[in-house]
Amino acid sequence: MNKKLSLQEWIDDATEQQISFMDYCIKHQSSLVEKSPQELIEYMLSTLEVMEHSIEVGLSGVKSRGGLVGGDARKLYDYSSDSSKSIIGSAVGRAITIALAVGEANAAMGKIVAAPTAGASGVLPAVLFALGEAWNIERTELAKALVVAGAIGMVIASRASLSGAAGGCQAECGSAGAMAAGAAVVLNGGTPSQVGHAVAITLKNMLGLVCDPVAGLVEVPCVKRNAGAVAQAMVAAEIALAGITSVIPVDEVIDAMAAVGSAMSCSLRETSQGGLAVTPTALALAEKILKV
Amino acid sequence: MNIYDIIGPIMVGPSSSHTAGAVRLGNLALAILGEPVKYAVIELHGSFAQTYRGHGTDLALVAGLLGWPPDDLRIPQSFEYAEKDGLEYSFVKVNLGDLAHPNTVRFKLKGKNGAESQITGSSVGGGSVLITDIDGFSLEFTGELTVLLTMHHDKPGVVALVTSILSNQGVNVAAMRLSRHNKGGLAVMVLETDQSISNELVGAIKALPQIKAVRRIQLS
Repeated sequence: MNKKLSLQEWIDDATEQQISFMDYCIKHQSSLVEKSPQELIEYMLSTLEVMEHSIEVGLSGVKSRGGLVGGDARKLYDYSSDSSKSIIGSAVGRAITIALAVGEANAAMGKIVAAPTAGASGVLPAVLFALGEAWNIERTELAKALVVAGAIGMVIASRASLSGAAGGCQAECGSAGAMAAGAAVVLNGGTPSQVGHAVAITLKNMLGLVCDPVAGLVEVPCVKRNAGAVAQAMVAAEIALAGITSVIPVDEVIDAMAAVGSAMSCSLRETSQGGLAVTPTALALAEKILKV
Repeated sequence: MNIYDIIGPIMVGPSSSHTAGAVRLGNLALAILGEPVKYAVIELHGSFAQTYRGHGTDLALVAGLLGWPPDDLRIPQSFEYAEKDGLEYSFVKVNLGDLAHPNTVRFKLKGKNGAESQITGSSVGGGSVLITDIDGFSLEFTGELTVLLTMHHDKPGVVALVTSILSNQGVNVAAMRLSRHNKGGLAVMVLETDQSISNELVGAIKALPQIKAVRRIQLS
């Protein structure tokens, strides 16, 4: 298996070399896959296109395979277009709308980018496109931020897990949120260590989140949890950009997430045998859906 | 695992481990069998057994056995295509024990030209997979690199012969694993290589008298 990576090590390297964390990650990651920086960015641009299309699919109002989700992205879009009603403001409002859209497209067996997983595929497009629109950021910059997100995901995968079956939803939506928080920090021009704190704070705030899909479907509570992870990511990025630090260092937080995942009962790790999946309503829905 | 696994794959939803990973496991099983599948008993363990319908794991495994990639938009209709293609399949829930990964599948395959193979693999997260057993030989490979799989008689020099044929053509071995049932009996070798392996190379290795069977596995 892969050796344990350290996000702190990369943060220290970038700081020492006095380069942005974006540039550091592009240089480092492209050398790991033996591609040129340009080729890596091109790939990220192609994933952004798939993401953009999946947002459109979701906003068009699809119905999921199991029938439990669909059409909510559209509802949120219509509601938040009147800014006087919004509690959370336009950037977060737009972001959670995108999160629901991609989550619904995914549940309808549409084409998405698993970043890092399909269940959590709404989080990165949400944060990237919402900030991109709000700040008029060029597509190439979003692609570069995606490289940073990928680098963060690699560290989490090597020290913990990205799979709900192994580590619960904290490993899926939590990791996606952490990756998105790091991307948001670099898009805002934050320092390498602010990236680390944003990742740590997101994971800390989502620690222990279980994976309990109703009827085994990536629908309830998954789609709305993507929106929740988006909010957590933006909160953590904002906190870190203000210069507030995480008391527990980022690598240790990731290790704690791994330990919590291992301690989690199997019933709370994507088996649909615990949590929301065994509530009376969920069991009734499961019986109805799986009978067909 | 590299950055393409984290930001990717581009795939049809809803689950990277239960849909995209399942397609890849089907792709690998097809490549290991080495010919189109006629009949497949698909045994599901753990989370795969609990939630396969909801995640479209069943549709994805069949799509994989048809040789489709994880982003093929026909995946929701794979059962209909399988019927047209003459691929019969059945799903069975099994318990492969506590040590098996929660997302594990065991394929029992019969090919259209008579080949038979039993393949066990797991979807280990984010669409990445691991093959862990072929016909009772325990081994381990992900299919991310090119794989050369040989079944041979466990005699001195076979490994050296195969690796020298590869090295003569500039093919570097990244990882290697041997497994045998008993000393001097049948053995399986898994070689993961950095370069692709040509038809000529496969032919040259197949021509070795000690080699019983060769498979090359190259997923895009």
